[in-house]
This record gives sequence, structure tokens and C-alpha cells, in this order.
Amino acid sequence: MPAATQSKGHYYVPKPSPYPVMLSGAIFLVAMGAVLEINALKAGPWSLLLGGVLFVYVLFHWFGNVVGESEGGVYHAWEDRSFRMGMVWFILSEIAFFAGLFGVLFYERNISVVSLASLSRTFTPYPGFTAAWPSAGPLGKPFSTVSPWGIPAINTLILLSSGVTVTWAHWGLKAGKRGTTIAGLALTVALGLMFLGFQAHEFYEAYTKLGLTLASGVYGATFFLLTGFHGLHVTIGVIMLSVILVRCIKGHFKPDQHFAFEAVSWYWHFVDVVWLLLFVFVYYL
Amino acid sequence: MNAAHAHDAHHDEHPSGMTRWLFTTNHKDIGRLYIGFSIIMFLVGGILAMLIRTELLKPQLLFSPELYNQIITVHGLVMVFAAVMPATTGLANYLIPMMIGAPDMALPRLNNWGFWLLPPAAVLLVMPFILMLFGIGNGAIDTGWTMYAPLSVQGGLGVDFAIFAVYLMGASSLLSSINIIVTIFNMRAPGMTMMKMPIFVWSWLITAFLLIAVFPPLVAGVTMLLADRHFGTHFFNAAGGGDPVLWEHLFWFFGHPEVYILLLPTTGIMPHILSTFSRKPVYGYKAQVYSFWAIGVLSVVVWAHHMFTSGMPVAAQLYFMYATMAISIPVAILFFCWFATIWQGSMTFETPMLFALGYIVLFGVGGLTGLILSDAVADQQYHNSYFLVAHFHYALFGGPVMGIIAATYYYLPKITGRMYNETLGKWHFWQTLIGFNLTFIPQFFLGIAGMPRRIPDYALQFAHLNMLSSVGAYILGSAQLLLVYNLIQVMRGVGKKATTQVWEGAQGLEFTLPSPPPYHTFETQPVIQ
Repeated sequence: MPAATQSKGHYYVPKPSPYPVMLSGAIFLVAMGAVLEINALKAGPWSLLLGGVLFVYVLFHWFGNVVGESEGGVYHAWEDRSFRMGMVWFILSEIAFFAGLFGVLFYERNISVVSLASLSRTFTPYPGFTAAWPSAGPLGKPFSTVSPWGIPAINTLILLSSGVTVTWAHWGLKAGKRGTTIAGLALTVALGLMFLGFQAHEFYEAYTKLGLTLASGVYGATFFLLTGFHGLHVTIGVIMLSVILVRCIKGHFKPDQHFAFEAVSWYWHFVDVVWLLLFVFVYYL
Repeated sequence: MNAAHAHDAHHDEHPSGMTRWLFTTNHKDIGRLYIGFSIIMFLVGGILAMLIRTELLKPQLLFSPELYNQIITVHGLVMVFAAVMPATTGLANYLIPMMIGAPDMALPRLNNWGFWLLPPAAVLLVMPFILMLFGIGNGAIDTGWTMYAPLSVQGGLGVDFAIFAVYLMGASSLLSSINIIVTIFNMRAPGMTMMKMPIFVWSWLITAFLLIAVFPPLVAGVTMLLADRHFGTHFFNAAGGGDPVLWEHLFWFFGHPEVYILLLPTTGIMPHILSTFSRKPVYGYKAQVYSFWAIGVLSVVVWAHHMFTSGMPVAAQLYFMYATMAISIPVAILFFCWFATIWQGSMTFETPMLFALGYIVLFGVGGLTGLILSDAVADQQYHNSYFLVAHFHYALFGGPVMGIIAATYYYLPKITGRMYNETLGKWHFWQTLIGFNLTFIPQFFLGIAGMPRRIPDYALQFAHLNMLSSVGAYILGSAQLLLVYNLIQVMRGVGKKATTQVWEGAQGLEFTLPSPPPYHTFETQPVIQ
């Protein structure tokens, strides 16, 4: 086995680093603050604030450290493969997360609402309840749904175009055309922000005009759970894209080695695909 | 050589004192942190178990029922998430790079982060007990470790603490799983093909796949629980069209594979120990690897056998019953391979071997009683009784915990460079075996006689068996102090020096390194023929 028995050279094992344990401390403060806050205890906001500040501080320095190592030429093909695999498996865990959320949607729509309505009249506390989707449940207040052909359709176009622009930026990077890369990334960030703006407007309209809230039965809860978590991922994606954009402007990345760029674009495409499924299963069907 | 190597932590130099452990990127240090944390939490969970058995010693109330519920819940959560999972992850961290000839784990800083998320999670679990002493809240989570809705929707702030602890532990598990998968795929020594990997490495690969598939849906589930508790949603409330049974599905879709996440790494360590002390090669390597795959795949499609009494169509009950029974086939293949490995070997019975043989017997009982419970009809009788409690303690103590203790004794001389006290080790084994069986055999009979679990008091006819069980628990609990004493002695440097191979029949790359191994190993990878 000539190929398999070649030595892969030297693997970079970083020096001891203070950032991971500090990040854990920050997350602990945020978690504790959140628990205290939702239970209306006094220390909550302080713990949240302190943890949040520490969180941002550590991320800034830890990523700065990694970017410095990357630009300093510490990483080679072997380390690069670890990073790629790590990102792939992280996205797979995200897929498992969204699969769980979609599973909830199917369960409610096809099993829990249906069986709640099919109980014998003798045994059910909700004799008048009939199965329908969307449903507010037997005791929920009526609401209207968001039409798929308004904002959601526009948002679909926006996200699909942003998938194209990020790929365009990637072609530019590989061809060594820095201007194309920066333009493509800037467009992608702008489209992401537009998406978030529309989404925020849609949530606002749902709450104020349609009566569709977290509290309006299973449909409302699941609608905001799925679109909310997707929106959170878009937000994280936009932040990551902005960082990559700044790095591109600073002249980082090489045509043949730009793991961070690819990781972010994979993530962005993943967020894109989740949106398409949302559009079909939450808005359209 | 490259100039960039100057940045590397090359030699055995490392920061001393606390910063060594807080900032480390070394897989051996992180492995030791995991194992140390797990032992501390094993003792915490053990103390809670002693409290449970003290309450049940006689038919009377020592604690309030609320406090009893909190104790059983935190006992379960601590043992599963903070004792057994960190122990197997620690073994993976310490051993996998040495077993596959890698310089370290693939992502060392994330590795450190993964560990340091666990102590905060443990603090979050236990903190409500302390807050209660200051008059804040009404104590820890008291729903049972399964956190069934609607009880968990109504509970106090202990439930919120547990939810956030699950977030932290989930992040930790995902980080370590990603790291282990990447290490196995990318860091093997030249010539070490997948089918040449030591069997422990294979078992952890499947475990990591399982964690990545099933932990995120649980995170989704506890988020919905949090929303139901505080943000007015109706996921688990029929008034809004939701369904409490939905929580059961979400929980057990994670919860059942979790059993195999706890178990698989120890089934992977078994062939190593059995073959060493039988002085024979592992029998049926391929069969065991394929069995791991089969167990992994089947374990995610059988979750609703925990819910036979929750109401389910008959067709679904039949499917989940047959699928569950099908798992016994790959597990039986593992058992046959273990028997064939020791068959006609020249066996010696050092402590690790005793624990490994104890594992086969006790986990065998756990598996067979699991078959009884998997019968949808019989389960109507056994569900939520002490029969179930006895079954899963045979499966989870008799399996993972016995396996982890076996692995601890087996690798202790390699890790520390010192042999432990063999006589104490043997005492530890026999006292554990006797104490364990005395604790849990009576519980089978209690369950069949109809004693429900999670109730602090009981009818008078259960008194004798309960007292027997509690006495057994004290024997079992005190036996673990022998392990702690033995570990402390070894860490203090008492005991004769271990050789490189440690055990006469030991095979594998980790036994070609000195005991203890140098701080960095295989910086130049070995070539496997």
C-alpha cells in the first residue's frame, strides 16, 4: 500500500489555551442568568450580562488566535482535513436538530391533533373539537396564517439568490479575483440582512394583525419554533459571513487554502435548504 | 522541518499547577480530567443512592416525598450524564490516539472545551439543593430523569436548571463526538486501515455517530419544554392541540440510544481485557464490528418500547416489540465472541479480568430481563415497577459501570506507571458482586409482587425484601471506597513499577509505550504492517 503507508508529516498540536475554559465559564454564567431571569430572581440580568460580555470577549480572542495561526502558515493539508470533517459533522448534528423539529411538526399534524379529535364523545373533555391544520387546539384562540405567497415567497427568492452570490464569491476566491469575492460576500450579507428584516416584519405582523403568537396553540408554537430557530441560524450565518468579508478585505485566504470561507458557505447552504423545507412544510402545505 | 513548528508544544514541558489542567490541549491530561470528574460524580451519585436506600430501609418516611423525588431524579441524571458518560469519554480521549498511533486528538482546544462544559453542568444540576437552603426555590428537579410532561411543565426552578444542564452536557457530548470521529477518520497511523483498528476504537466510533444523531433532538425537546414552562406554548398540553406523549417520544428517541451510548464503549473494551488475560487473540473481530453497527442502527428505531403503557396502536406496539427483540441478536453475537475469546485460553484472574467476567454475568442478566420487558403484553405488568429498576441497574451498573471499573484497573498501571494493590482489587470485586446482587435481586421480586418505583414509602409486605436490598446497597456503596483508596495509593506512587507491556498477554500500540507514557506520543507516526 504505497499511498497508505506514506507518513503524513507533522500534525499541529496547539499550546495550552485559556480560551476554552473561559468560554465554559461564560456559558455557565449565561445559563445560570437565564434560569434566574425566567424565574424573576434578582441576580439574573447581572449574570446574563457578565456572561454575555465574557462570551463575546472570548470568541473574539479565540477566533483571533486561530486566524493568526492560519495566516501564519501553521496549518497544512492534514490539519485542514480535520477542520473540514469537523464542520461536516457539526452540520450533520444541526440536521439532526432540525429533523427533530420537523418530526414534531409531523407528529402534531398527523397524530396528536387527529387523535385528539377522534376520541369517543363519552371520554373527551373537548367534544366539539375537529381535526384540522392549522389548529389552535380545543381551547386556543382563532388566528390567521401567514400567506406563503407574500413575504415567505420573497424570502425564498432572497435566500436562493444569496446561495448564488456566495458561490460566485467562492469562484472569485479560487480564481484569485479578490474584487469579485468581496462583492459577492457583501451581496450575500446584504441579502441575509434583508431576509432577517422581512422575517422580523412578518413576526411583528403575525403578533399584531393575525393573532398568530407563541401562545396560539400547536400551530403557532411550532411555527415560531421552526422559523425562529431558522432565523437564529441565519443571524449566526450573517455574523460569520461578515467576519469572512472583513477577512477578505484584509487580504486573508489563498486560492487553494480557505477553510473558514468554505465552512461558512457550507453552513449558509445548509440554512438555505432548511428554509426551502420550511417554506414547503410550514407555509405552503 | 518547518519554522512553524516552533509554536508547537513539542516536549514534555507543560504549565504546572492549576493552569496545566485548566488550559491543557493534551489528550492524556483531558482524559485524566474526564476520569477524575467521573469518579467524583460517581461518589456524589452513590451518596444519593445510599440516601434512597436509607429511606427505603424501613416502611416509614425519613424525608418528605418531594425531597425523595428530587434525590432519585438527581441520582439518575448524575449517574448517566456526569458519571458514566464522562468515564467512557475519558477512556476514549486517553486511549484512542495511542491505540491508532495519532499524535493527539484532531481538535485539541475543542477537546478541552468539551470537558470544561461538564463541571458547570454538574453545578447547575446540584445548585437548586443549595439555593433551597437559602430559601430560594423548592429544590432540585423532581420529575424522574425522564422529565415527563406535564409534571415537568409544572415543576419549580429545579427543572429550569436541569434543562440548562442538558444544554451544556449536550454541547459537551457533541464536541467530544465530533472530535472522536474526526480523530478516527483523519489521524490513524499509516497502514492502520479501518478494519485493523482496535475494537474499542470501533465501539466509540458507533457511539459518537449515535450521539450526533440523537442528542440534538433532545435539545429540541427540552427547548420546547422550556417554552411550555415560560413562554406560553402548548407543545405538551392538549388544550392547545399538543400532546404530553410527544415529550415521551422526544425523550426516548434520545433516551433509548443513550443506553447504547453508555454501553457500547464498554463492550468495546471487553475483548481487549478478555483476550489479554486468556492469552488468546480476540475472536470474531469482524462479527463484533458488524454487531456494533447493527446495535447502533437498531437502537434508534425502538424507542417507543418505553411507552407501551402510554397508549399506542397495536401495530405500533408489535413493531416496537419485535424491533427491540431483534437487538438481542447482535448483542448475543458479542456474547458468543467473548466466550469464544476466553474458550480454552490459559486464563488468569487479575482484578480487571474478574470485573470483565462479572460484566458478562451481570449484563447478561440485564439483557435477558430486558427481553422480558420488551414483550408488550408482559410489560403492562412490569412497567413502572421495581422489576424495571432492577433490570436497568443490571444493564447499566452490570454493563457500563462494571466495564469502566475493569478498564480502570486494566489501564491504571499504563496511565500511572504503578501497579495497584491486587488484594484490595479482588476484595473490591467480590464485595461489589455480592453487594450488587443483594441489592437488586430482591428488587425483581418486589417488582413482580407489585411494588411501584419512585414512591418513598411502601406496604408492610415489602419490608423484608427492602431491608435486604438496602443492606446490599450499603455493602455495594462501601466497596467503592476500596477503589478510591486503591486509586489514591497508586497516585501517591505506592506499588511496584509497571512494565511497558503491563500484562503478560497485552497487545496493541498503547502497550508498546512506556508506563506512564510520555506527555506527547507518536509525534512521528508508527507504520502499521
